[in-house]
Amino acid sequence: MSCAVNSGMYDVIVIGGGPAGLAAALAAREAGAQRVLILERDGELGGILNQCIHNGFGLHYFKEELTGPEYAGRFIARLAGTGIEVRLNTMVLDITRDRQVCAVSRQYGCQMLQSRAIVLAMGCRERTRGAIGIPGTRPAGIFTAGTAQRYVNMEGYMVGRRVLILGSGDIGLIMARRMTLEGAKVLACIEVMPYSGGLNRNIVQCLQDFDIPLYLSHTIVDIRGERRVEKAVVARVDEHRRPIPGTEIGFDCDTILLSVGLIPENELTRTAGIPLDGRTKGAYVYENMETRAPGIFACGNVVHVHDLVDYVTAESQRAGAAAARFAAGARAEGPALTVENGAGVSYTVPQAIRPAAAGKGVDIFFRVRAVYSGDLRIVAESGGAPLAAFRREHLAPGEMEHITLPKALLDKAAGSITMRIEEVHS
Amino acid sequence: MKELICIVCPKGCRLQVDEENGYAVTGNGCARGAAYGKAELTNPTRVVTSTVAVAGGVHPRCPVKTDRAIPKALMARAVACLDGLKLQAPVALGQVVVEDVCGTGARFVATRNLPRG
Repeated sequence: MSCAVNSGMYDVIVIGGGPAGLAAALAAREAGAQRVLILERDGELGGILNQCIHNGFGLHYFKEELTGPEYAGRFIARLAGTGIEVRLNTMVLDITRDRQVCAVSRQYGCQMLQSRAIVLAMGCRERTRGAIGIPGTRPAGIFTAGTAQRYVNMEGYMVGRRVLILGSGDIGLIMARRMTLEGAKVLACIEVMPYSGGLNRNIVQCLQDFDIPLYLSHTIVDIRGERRVEKAVVARVDEHRRPIPGTEIGFDCDTILLSVGLIPENELTRTAGIPLDGRTKGAYVYENMETRAPGIFACGNVVHVHDLVDYVTAESQRAGAAAARFAAGARAEGPALTVENGAGVSYTVPQAIRPAAAGKGVDIFFRVRAVYSGDLRIVAESGGAPLAAFRREHLAPGEMEHITLPKALLDKAAGSITMRIEEVHS
Repeated sequence: MKELICIVCPKGCRLQVDEENGYAVTGNGCARGAAYGKAELTNPTRVVTSTVAVAGGVHPRCPVKTDRAIPKALMARAVACLDGLKLQAPVALGQVVVEDVCGTGARFVATRNLPRG
């Protein structure tokens, strides 16, 4: 492939200019990387935060409540004077395990870039109607919630008047409120699981504030309409998520918004032959967010889908700093402990820990499989013996959890660490 | 005794508010939760976010928020006062878009820089 621009050797190339990429690039620069480049396919930095105009971002990181654009704006402002290079409207087509990046843009044409370290920060995308196989006709008026959010909040198009929301993920809940404030009638939010997939605060401030009913254990069984959606048929489901005949309810709506999950966007990762974890659909990562390809790091929603951008920032700062250390010649080495799912745990990040490289300790992020309440323990054990137990009163799949394992405990583990949930019965 | 889910932060603490005992709050993880529990039963408020039309910018809409929480009952009227407004790009972060939202003293301010397109 021809090379339009000879850019020399970068220390760290960051793929993606959303919250993960911004935090990683800034942390890499602060950790001493001289030449840092952000490649962003959109025409501006900030990623999906630009369309998340609601507030609630930054409570952990900034100790105040910001909107999405404000949160992104603070990181974009920090780039000034750092010397971090940014190429917008630039699509990365391919990366290699020897850290070559092939990208294309109208301004520079095809670019073959070489870097000592790479940070993958491509984020995630929404599951669609096709991914969940809803029956019915195929009229206009069916959107993923995030697409509708972009149309309404950034491009100024109203997507419908009578709206049904399928899935109670946070974006769907946020859009229920947004569409209501824009004058639409939101008829209901339909959730196939017996619990909401979104944060409790969003159930309160996006549904209850506007008297929008939430139908748990229900799903759409038919969509009707020729040119535009005219009706959705909703039915209750049994414990195997199969619709129960005779429980159908019809909703006369012109619009259906889907908030049915997010998938880490890992085409580049997969093509490069970097191992993925089937649980997270993201790269398998070590304690410093390094993938199993040395010198290639990953952070944010491309690794696992987060509920809070504050945690994306913290994770990405670790990835960026580690990438800078790798670029300077340092290697994180030593035998690795794998981190395994135990009872009630659906995934963990990182998937492996090298205690010799773990510094003071490691944060382990995970999700649980069901809603738990009462006297609960998150137990980390190795070789059948508990290393540590952490008390909780409430755990839910919609809320990412984390614990910190100090170095001293990691040194006691052998082979693997299993994370499980225990309900204490008094 | 009223049960509420706190919306101050994403933690979502489960609050019990005792209406007959000066709205005393239990189950809160922080002081802000106690204040929320009392306010939610006496004078519930929300920060309202929306967008306003912009001419000549990189996007045709600019996001805005009320610079403080306003009574919950005024949310719909608050966003209605953005109808028909059209800003001219460039818009600066923090720029005041509406001075006094529905007599609350709160202002709608821009939540991003929107350069010329």
